[in-house]
Amino acid sequence: MNIRWLSGWRLKVLFFFVLVVAWEMLFRLRLWPPYLFPSVFSVGRALVNGFANGSYPLAILVSLRRAAVGYGLSLLVGIPLGLLLGRVRCLQETVGSVVLGLQALPSICWLPLALLWFGLSEKAILFVVVMGALLSISLSTADGVHNTPPLYLRAARTMGARGVRLYTSVILPAALPGILSGMKLGWSFAWRSLMAGELLYVSMGLGQLLTMGRELNNMSQVIAVMLVTVMIGLVVDRALFSPAERRVRERWGLQNVPG
Amino acid sequence: MKLEVCGVSKTFQTRRGQTPALRDISFSVGAGEFVCLLGPSGCGKSTLLSVIAGLERPDSGEVRMDGRPIAGPGRDRVVIFQEAALFPWLNVRDNVAFGLAATGLPRAARYERAERYLRLVRLQGFHHAFVHELSGGMKQRVALARALALEPQVLLMDEPFGALDAQTRDMFHGELQEIWAQTGNTILFVTHNVREALVLGDRVLLFSARPGRIKREFRCDLPRPRHIEDHALVDAAREVLADLRSEVLAAAAQEEGAG
Repeated sequence: MNIRWLSGWRLKVLFFFVLVVAWEMLFRLRLWPPYLFPSVFSVGRALVNGFANGSYPLAILVSLRRAAVGYGLSLLVGIPLGLLLGRVRCLQETVGSVVLGLQALPSICWLPLALLWFGLSEKAILFVVVMGALLSISLSTADGVHNTPPLYLRAARTMGARGVRLYTSVILPAALPGILSGMKLGWSFAWRSLMAGELLYVSMGLGQLLTMGRELNNMSQVIAVMLVTVMIGLVVDRALFSPAERRVRERWGLQNVPG
Repeated sequence: MKLEVCGVSKTFQTRRGQTPALRDISFSVGAGEFVCLLGPSGCGKSTLLSVIAGLERPDSGEVRMDGRPIAGPGRDRVVIFQEAALFPWLNVRDNVAFGLAATGLPRAARYERAERYLRLVRLQGFHHAFVHELSGGMKQRVALARALALEPQVLLMDEPFGALDAQTRDMFHGELQEIWAQTGNTILFVTHNVREALVLGDRVLLFSARPGRIKREFRCDLPRPRHIEDHALVDAAREVLADLRSEVLAAAAQEEGAG
């Protein structure tokens, strides 16, 4: 067996196996009480039970639905806003700087405002999700538009393209790598904002399960729900965004194709 | 078809102040002529081409096509740039058909024409290739087909072979002469290479260093197809080169002065 054999997925599997074994051994040393540091098996049981009694699937569905609606709204507003910001100089210098400034605000900071505006409702959490995702989508889209090689525009104009056609057939596709990375970033912000929001008050959803786990001193459930949350975030990123981004970057001839 | 450049002047605003780029340029090009604009780099010959293309406005003077002043870019004056400026999101055939989309031709006719011109530049069989799969020379062939497919009144070529290696360039010189003989296009070709100008052009307009003025006009009546190593051509180049050299030195002195 040489070292090359131990790479890629084999290395990953081995690493996680060692990690789980180390966790279990640490548990068996009884350094901390089980309600602070549960065993691998009790977390596993919590996962199985959660899925078996339907509470996890329901929470996942509720959270995913909220994320989808909030994320969808962010795309609907964020991409057109980004296209405008990238193309219109005076908007970029005014609205653009506001967007840039607000992006520095962690999205959960919008929650008090959202609660005052919308009350304890679904709308409040959607607002937080949108504020988390929208700005980064807009900024990446604007960047993509801004980085359109001027030569593309000159070439298109000399072939008679102008106005709307210049936008739809040149600027938009040229900005696609930027738009895609904005969509990817936006998704991860949307998911994080949603979890933060759900933790704080909204009924149902994965965040609520986490809070319940804490209130019942059920550490196994807390860890199990955390694992589920990580998995969903990763799966969406790996299944949807990464392949699309890689294909676009390759075809657009951009360097540093991420692995 | 008659292209007239009448008293065109242009000055650029830079940080150092005003830089005159073109001063009172006048000449005309008749149907089917192959005219080369030859000059040291930075003499404004590319700027002149952009003005003729309608991508830039002159400060004074005008460009007329068949007696009518041009207003902005148009499909009758297509530019081929030093970089191919192909659109990476389109395959080869869609790139060639890009400018035809606004002509109102039905899709089948657009593709038929695109394929005809791809055959002309010897790229049949590459319809479905994407830009990132092509070599530099092949990209420039696609750019040539894309411009020819619009069947422009005049083809504006801005050092189109400048980024290619010497062998590929020689091959293009031969093919461009063939294509010109076949299609009867009118071509205005910018270059800083004396022999390239004499291989391709019926007329060579020699530019002075900045601000660009037409210093002298040479006619080249050598039999075609010409090759860059032909004795007669090398002899003719010697005469032009002597004239160009003083302008290159002047341009170098300007750059030193500016730097």
